[in-house]
Amino acid sequence: MNVNANSVQRADFTAIAAWVKPGSRVLDLGCGDGTLLRYLKERRNISGYGVEIDDESVLACVRNGVSVVQNDLERGLSGFEDGSFDYVILSQTLQLVRSSERVIREMLRVGREGIVTFPNFGYWRNRVQVLVGRMPVSDNLPYQWFETPNIHLCTIRDFEEFCRGHGVRILERIVMRNGSTVGLLPNLRGSLAVYRFEKAR
Amino acid sequence: MDTGIDVRSVGVVTPRTARFSEPLRLKSGAVIDRYELVYETYGRLNADRSNAVLVCHALNASHHAAGFYAEDAQEVGWWDNMIGPGKPVDTNRFFVIGVNNLGGCHGSTGPKSVNPATGKPWGAEFPVVTVEDWVAAQARLADHLGIGQFAAVMGGSLGAMQSLAWTVSFPGRIRHALVIACAPNLSAQNIAFNEVARQAIITDPDFHGGHYYERGTTPKRGLRVARMVGHITYLSDDVMAAKFGRQLRHGRPTYSFDADFEIESYLRHQGIKFSEYFDANTYLRITKALDYFDPAFEHRGDLTRALAPATAKFLVISFTTDWRFSPERSREIVKALLDNHREVTYAEIDAPHGHDAFLLDDPRYHRLVAAYFDRIGAEAGA
Repeated sequence: MNVNANSVQRADFTAIAAWVKPGSRVLDLGCGDGTLLRYLKERRNISGYGVEIDDESVLACVRNGVSVVQNDLERGLSGFEDGSFDYVILSQTLQLVRSSERVIREMLRVGREGIVTFPNFGYWRNRVQVLVGRMPVSDNLPYQWFETPNIHLCTIRDFEEFCRGHGVRILERIVMRNGSTVGLLPNLRGSLAVYRFEKAR
Repeated sequence: MDTGIDVRSVGVVTPRTARFSEPLRLKSGAVIDRYELVYETYGRLNADRSNAVLVCHALNASHHAAGFYAEDAQEVGWWDNMIGPGKPVDTNRFFVIGVNNLGGCHGSTGPKSVNPATGKPWGAEFPVVTVEDWVAAQARLADHLGIGQFAAVMGGSLGAMQSLAWTVSFPGRIRHALVIACAPNLSAQNIAFNEVARQAIITDPDFHGGHYYERGTTPKRGLRVARMVGHITYLSDDVMAAKFGRQLRHGRPTYSFDADFEIESYLRHQGIKFSEYFDANTYLRITKALDYFDPAFEHRGDLTRALAPATAKFLVISFTTDWRFSPERSREIVKALLDNHREVTYAEIDAPHGHDAFLLDDPRYHRLVAAYFDRIGAEAGA
């Protein structure tokens, strides 16, 4: 499912690895070829599984030495018990799923914390492209409108408003551009958003 | 010159016999004092004995999993597309063992064998054997071959039940379990099909309560029907439709009870072929072993608790059109393993062939098994 995943290490991996406590249990939804899990195994000694629907990605996970469960995220995570993971990660996949609300809800049922990364549609370069009358195409949004798998793009503001309305408490946020952190005006200057969150009590 | 011989074949193989004189207590309480197991091996056991792979057979197969016999090159092993040099289970790296299970009819001690107590064939007196009994006997074969721990135990269908049972019965003796087209137990519908097959055999006048060897008869009619019923459940509706549809053998109906439709003719052929070589008493026992397999039974139906002793790593594979052992049933196994925090990879192969898919060489399926064995080999230094 995670079409952006490839063997090239992505900027959000470092941010995620910094948050994930050593030895924890991790579920990576839309894990692609398992690069993130492998990275976390090597850096953080985590145990866990990927969830993937795509045959080629499942095969790539096996080649990568990562445990993977072939399953359609859209159908929920009924094979996983409540609170059975320390972290459930949705890395660059949120924009691809149809039932975004359900996926986030399932993440917080199965995991104690959720980690989400997504391309920020509010990034100024995207806005400029829309202003000049084009659909944005960039490193984080590499697809032409007619071939994009992205169906639920959002901005940093959108996501945070979603969290407020859906009982999701944001614990930490990192906004990035070209691999470095953005402090000021993140929704304008950041191209990639990384969040750690839990269920609001 | 095309010899018709697969260059990736293990080549000519010779079955061997291992004899055991230590009594084996079966799950039913019955004891078999002495028995023989027929087996074949492919590839070489490495110096530290870490590359052994046990292949467990399903209902009608045997120890002859790969290669062919010198006297008959047509008699190719039942999983030859999976096992061989350069194949998913690469015999250049692994030492692979195929064994005919206890109660079988391909050479291992079974109903056809002579009961030492009576000097006559066991026949109906041969005890009902279970998946766990088979696994216990296989473990003794492993002892006999000097294998302390298998790199992997693998099987499809009933064979997969054996690899699953291995992880619980002998957790320390198995590093990887390949559980293909499996279920944690049979559904009522599955048991029902088996019962129809058994009744076909038992009610055949040639069955003589299982003592047909002395009578010089074979309950072939029963075996044929049993095989026909079974065969229907191994194929998907789609595959049957594609392969046979409503095709008539003579282009038009004969308005008789001859095999008018191609599917009728096919099933009859399968039934006849099967009844020529398979032993009815073995068939009865193997279907019972299937019915009784239920690791969760002794844990009040809790599969998670039943699989708790397992320490192996798992590759679980199901096929989307398998309605006999559907993907849902495999997911039950996966869930129990996840609950136990076991390393498990689960793949659902979108293949049209139904339950039989595990025997076919679908490239997605075989590439996955090959990749998994590549990892096993790397760990085993093979």
